[in-house]
Parts: sequence; C-alpha cells; structure tokens
Amino acid sequence: MTDITSRPPLLEVRDLAVEFADADSVVHAVNGVSYTLREGETLGIVGESGSGKSVHVLAMLRLIPMPPGRLAGGQVLFEGRDLLTLSDPELRKIRGGSIGFVFQDPMSSLNPSMTVGRQIMEPLMLHLGMGAEAARKRAIELMDMVRLPDAARRIDQYPHEFSGGQRQRIMIAIGLSCRPKLLIADEATTALDVTVQADVIELVKELKREIGMAVIWITHDLGVVAGIADTVQVMYAGRVMERGPVDDVFRDPRSAYTLGLLRSLPDLTAPAGQRRRLTQIDGAPPDMRFPPPGDPFAPRNRYATPRCLTERPPLEQAPGAAPGHLAAAWYDLPSVLAAEALS
Amino acid sequence: MSQIETGQTENSAEKKPYPLISVRNLSKHYALRSGWGFKPSVFKAVEDVSFEIMPNETLGLVGESGSGKSTIGRAVTMLNPPTSGVVAFEGTDLTQQSERQMRAMRKRMQMVFQDPYSALNPRMTVGDFVAEPLLIHDIAKTAAERKDIVAELFRKVGLEPRYMARFPHQFSGGQRQRICIARAIAVKPSFIVADEPIAALDVSIQAQVVNLLQDLQEELGLAYLFISHDLRMVRYLCHRVAVIWKGRIVEIAPSELLYGNPLHPYTRRLLSAVPVPDPAIERARTRLPQVSGLTEGPDCHALVEAEPGHYVAREALGGGA
Ligand SMILES: Nc1ncnc2c1ncn2[C@@H]1O[C@H](COP(=O)(O)OP(=O)(O)O)[C@@H](O)[C@H]1O
Ligand SMILES: Nc1ncnc2c1ncn2[C@@H]1O[C@H](COP(=O)(O)OP(=O)(O)O)[C@@H](O)[C@H]1O
Ligand code: SF4
Ligand SMILES: [Mg+2]
Ligand SMILES: [Mg+2]
Repeated sequence: MTDITSRPPLLEVRDLAVEFADADSVVHAVNGVSYTLREGETLGIVGESGSGKSVHVLAMLRLIPMPPGRLAGGQVLFEGRDLLTLSDPELRKIRGGSIGFVFQDPMSSLNPSMTVGRQIMEPLMLHLGMGAEAARKRAIELMDMVRLPDAARRIDQYPHEFSGGQRQRIMIAIGLSCRPKLLIADEATTALDVTVQADVIELVKELKREIGMAVIWITHDLGVVAGIADTVQVMYAGRVMERGPVDDVFRDPRSAYTLGLLRSLPDLTAPAGQRRRLTQIDGAPPDMRFPPPGDPFAPRNRYATPRCLTERPPLEQAPGAAPGHLAAAWYDLPSVLAAEALS
Repeated sequence: MSQIETGQTENSAEKKPYPLISVRNLSKHYALRSGWGFKPSVFKAVEDVSFEIMPNETLGLVGESGSGKSTIGRAVTMLNPPTSGVVAFEGTDLTQQSERQMRAMRKRMQMVFQDPYSALNPRMTVGDFVAEPLLIHDIAKTAAERKDIVAELFRKVGLEPRYMARFPHQFSGGQRQRICIARAIAVKPSFIVADEPIAALDVSIQAQVVNLLQDLQEELGLAYLFISHDLRMVRYLCHRVAVIWKGRIVEIAPSELLYGNPLHPYTRRLLSAVPVPDPAIERARTRLPQVSGLTEGPDCHALVEAEPGHYVAREALGGGA
C-alpha cells in the first residue's frame, strides 16, 4: 500500500458546524468537524445515529434545507475551492460531476416521473458532454455494472417498477456515472442484501483502482468499514471522536466510544459456549439542543475522568499510537485498560 | 422423498426431548392476479419447509430479502396461516384449530418485529400497551394486580417501572424494542418469533437487545425463531441455523457446523459476503460468485443428513447423490 498521507489533499473540511433551529430551540447537529481527505483515499465514517454523519456531508454539498438548517461556520475546500461559497452554477458543475453521491433513501432521490435511463443519462450529458446515444449506451453499461439484470430493456422503465434494492443500485450507478474524483455514499448499501452489498463494494474498489477515486463511505457496519476504508472516523454528538488508519483504530482504539462499538459486536474467535457476553453501551446520546460542556460521551463512559464532564478534549494525535491516529479523550485508554486487566 | 427427518433418525430415536414446535411440509402460496384476473397464477413464497425447535432452543433463519423468512415466521404463529402443511406446537396441530382454540394457543407464542415504533400504539401509555395481553387473555383479575405484573415485566427487560405512564415517543429505539419484548413475555409464552428485532437499532443498542433475549431465554426457558440478516449475530445467538433460499430450506445445521462447514453453494456464497470487522481478514478474503452447478430433478430439494444434525438439499451434493 502506498502511503496515503503523502498524497495531495482533495477535500479539506475545516471547523464545519451546522444547526437546525425551530421556534424555541436550536439543534447543534454538527459541531466543528475538521478533516482532510487525500486523493484516492477511502474514509469510512461510523457513529451513533444522530451523530451528524449525514448532515455534515449534506452540508458540504449544500443540500441542507435552510431554514430550518443553517451553517454555523466552516469551510469545505474541494481541490482548493470552498464549496460553501461557490456560485450555484459552479457548484452544480461539481455536484454530480466530480463529486458523485449516493444517499440512503433512493425513493426521495429518484424522480418518479422520469425513466431510470434518463436519470442515469442526465449527468453524463450535463457533466461529460456526451450525446444522447453515447449516454444511453453508457447508462446500460452502468446498469450492468451494478448488476441490474436485463438493462437494455429495463432502462426505459420508471423507478416504481424496480425493487428497493434495485433502486438503490440505480442510485449507485448515477453516483458513479461521471467517474467522480470523490464518491460520497451515505448508508448506500444498508438496505441491500449482503451478497449485493459485497458486489457493490467490489465495484467501488475496482473503480478506485481504475480511476483513483476517493470515497467517503458512511455506514453503521464496522465490517464494511474494515473491508473498504483506508481511514476510519468515528463520530458522536456532531463531533469526531477518533480518526486514523483503519488497522490501528480497530486494533488499538483510543476513544472509549470506539472501544464500546467494537466490543458490542459478537467476538466469534472463541469457540461456541466460551464466548464473552456482548458488551452493551448503556444510556443514550445527549440531547443536542443542550450539548454538554465536556466530552459528549462522558456520561456513558465508565472510564471518564472528572475533567471529561466539564472540559471538551481536543482531537489530537493519540500518544504512542500510529502517526495520524487521532483521538479526543482526556483519559489514556491503553493505560486504563491495562489497569483494569490487573485489578 | 420430500420430507426431512430431523429428530426422527435412528440414532436420535433414543430419548430425545420432544420438540416444542414441529413444522412439516409447510407451504405458503399467494394468488397473483395476472392480466384481467381470469387466469390466476400462484406465487410460491414458501415451499415444503420442515423444521423443529426444541424447548429453550434458538433457531436462526437467514437468507436474502424476499426468500420467505417473514412468511415462515407468520405461518408458524398462524398470524398468516400456511397454505398447506402441519405446524405442531406442544403436540397440537395449529392448522386444525378453531378460532377459539387458537386464541388460547396464541398465548404460548408471541412475535417481536423489526420496527418497535410502528408496533407501539402512539396514543397508549407503554404500561397499558404491555398490560393489554393480560387483559385479552384474562390473566390478571384486578387493575392493581396488572400493574404489579407490568412493573415486574419492566424490571425484567431493564426498564424502570416508573416509565409505565409514558408514551412511546418518549423512548429511544432500544427502549421501545424492550417494551415490545415485555409485552411479548407478559403472557408467559414458551416460544417467540423475533423477525429482524435488531435491524433498526444502533450497533451499540443491538447488544442490549441480544443480551436481553439471551437472559430471558435462560430465565424463562423460551425458544426463539430468530430471523435476521446479520449472519454474525445469528452465529453468536442461535443454536441451529436454517438457510432459506427461494422459499425453501437449503441447509439446516447446528450453528458451528453450518458456519464451519457450509455445504450448499448458496450458503457458501452468503457467508463469503458477510463483512468481518477485522481489516486484515477483509483484505485476505475472497467472495464467491453466483450459485451454479446444482443438479435438477424431482428429489433435488430433499434434505439429506450429510453429517450428524447437518442437513443439506440434495442438489448441493452433485451427481453422486
Ligand atoms: N431537517 C432537519 N431538521 C431538524 N433537525 C435535523 C434535520 N436533519 C437532521 N437533524 C438533526 O441533526 C442531527 C444529526 O443528524 P444526522 O446527520 O442525520 O445523523 P446521522 O449521524 O444518523 O446521519 C440529529 O440530531 C437530527 O435529528
Ligand atoms: N401478501 C402477499 N402477497 C403476495 N406476495 C407476498 C405477500 N407477502 C409476501 N409476499 C412475497 O413472498 C416472498 C417472501 O416474502 P417474505 O417472507 O417477506 O421474505 P423475507 O422476510 O425473507 O424478506 C416475497 O417475494 C414477497 O414479495
Ligand atoms: S439429480 Fe440426484 S437428487 Fe436430484 S432428482 Fe436426480 S437423482 Fe435425485
Ligand atoms: Mg444518517
Ligand atoms: Mg422479512
């Protein structure tokens, strides 16, 4: 593997903050998220539901309805240009062109009154300047690629004529159609069967090899992250709790929330009958109308120190961890765990 | 031969405990109206499925969406009765019961679903929701008695009894699922069908529900039919696992045999696609292609015992079968 950190940055997110306001309260959905994604890098993002994973990528693409949403600050530099301040026409050139995206709910993303073929062809004609005939041919190839059977015939059908899994694959075909430099996928395979999910992930990996595409892959499935990501980022309460090379984060987690996620999965290495009980994380995430002053995970964290409750830890290089392995924690998880093992 | 012989094979004829539920040749067909409806065709959602579940046992059902898992779950609880076949529960064939007789049986078998929110009634306090089956089945005589039972049920599923007066929207997804489980165990069933009970929950919350199901099994001697697409959780939780493919069981075995030595090409393909939360394993893995090379003939769907307790459709065994 070539060292990712030596590649040029493609996307720089700086202190992104997003809020939702209604008459009597403000939800602090994303609270100062910063990271750099390099060319060809795959970033897997995991985290509790409601932790701001979707909102932060929607905000980057300026797809948040405003109001009730509003940008509370930040920059999103894509190839050096701030997506948050680009003119609308310039943004439209990037969105769906050099940035492809696939979101969770295909029904709300597809236009019900337009054939799927037209919807796949549209970005090809708009962004790549293809003629109708070439675009149609390419659309059929794309449908084949995402394993939609009988593409040549079904290209003229409407979204409702496809199953949920098939519609999601149509969205993936659209997301990949312009050979983007960056693909953003938000729970794109969550509703698919594992076999179809595996096919889609293979396809994404192939395209990465072929065109050097970078990927932001949001999922709740740590197995999928392990299989697809170079870098993993763990989010909680609108913040990045931990981020680093995928092997290091899985082997040597430094945030108690990451550890909790990993331990809540069944460990199947021990023989049946001798497996440890699943470790549950009790409690609930904070109400983001009233973000806590300290580490947002502290109330659920048995390793929290008094400082964790009052003062917010910065996201910093974790001591003794691999370079680029960052964590936001006042406690030092390896020493806490070592002490626990001794007692 | 179209019937499987689980539990009735020679070597297990010696004092095997009696199965709690025994499903024989269960089929569920749906009429499809084609064209103008003059020529009704039939869609075979589930075809000739047989299995048993022992008291205190968890049987997992896995397979891709549309393979018939939920249909099987709803057929064995008679929520959506089968087109044909036998569902013997505690020795009684449910398919032959009158509506009245069935009401009494229903108490013994409960269901828990994927979406705890839509299962709850938004205008009913969660305490009343849990108490409802006690009323329906005339279990507690007085309101005070009911309240005591519900408080105890709340404690059992790890909820504070003082939450009884609250409404569903005041609870998180994991808490709602526990409320549904409390209601399911209120009538002291011996069998619960859990259809994707953790699919809608956060990873950190799934563990709570799985631990609860295990604790309740131990405490109350429950048997489960656990339907899930999370194949790793199924391996962890289930004693035996049945793989459903196109409405049929193609393989059924104790979990460790099924996962350790999958015999049907579909099972192998399915297992090869399961993501493993370990980057080193993920890098090294190979995924298997579409299923091919199955034999075709009148007996191909019959299950044969390939090793003790491990049954696989004959089609998987190639020409020599
Ligand atoms: N349109 C909206 N109006 C108000 N609040 C919203 C809206 N969209 C998202 N939120 C809130 O923003 C927070 C982050 O949500 P989201 O990014 O969707 O979480 P996830 O990490 O599960 O993708 C949540 O508290 C959510 O309720
Ligand atoms: N009421 C119905 N009428 C017609 N077809 C149905 C009905 N219910 C389910 N089916 C079909 O039966 C098959 C099996 O469905 P289901 O048991 O829900 O699968 P699973 O739970 O494995 O996803 C699917 O193809 C589904 O479309
Ligand atoms: S192929 Fe083999 S198993 Fe299938 S029907 Fe013919 S003889 Fe029987
Ligand atoms: Mg989301
Ligand atoms: Mg189902």
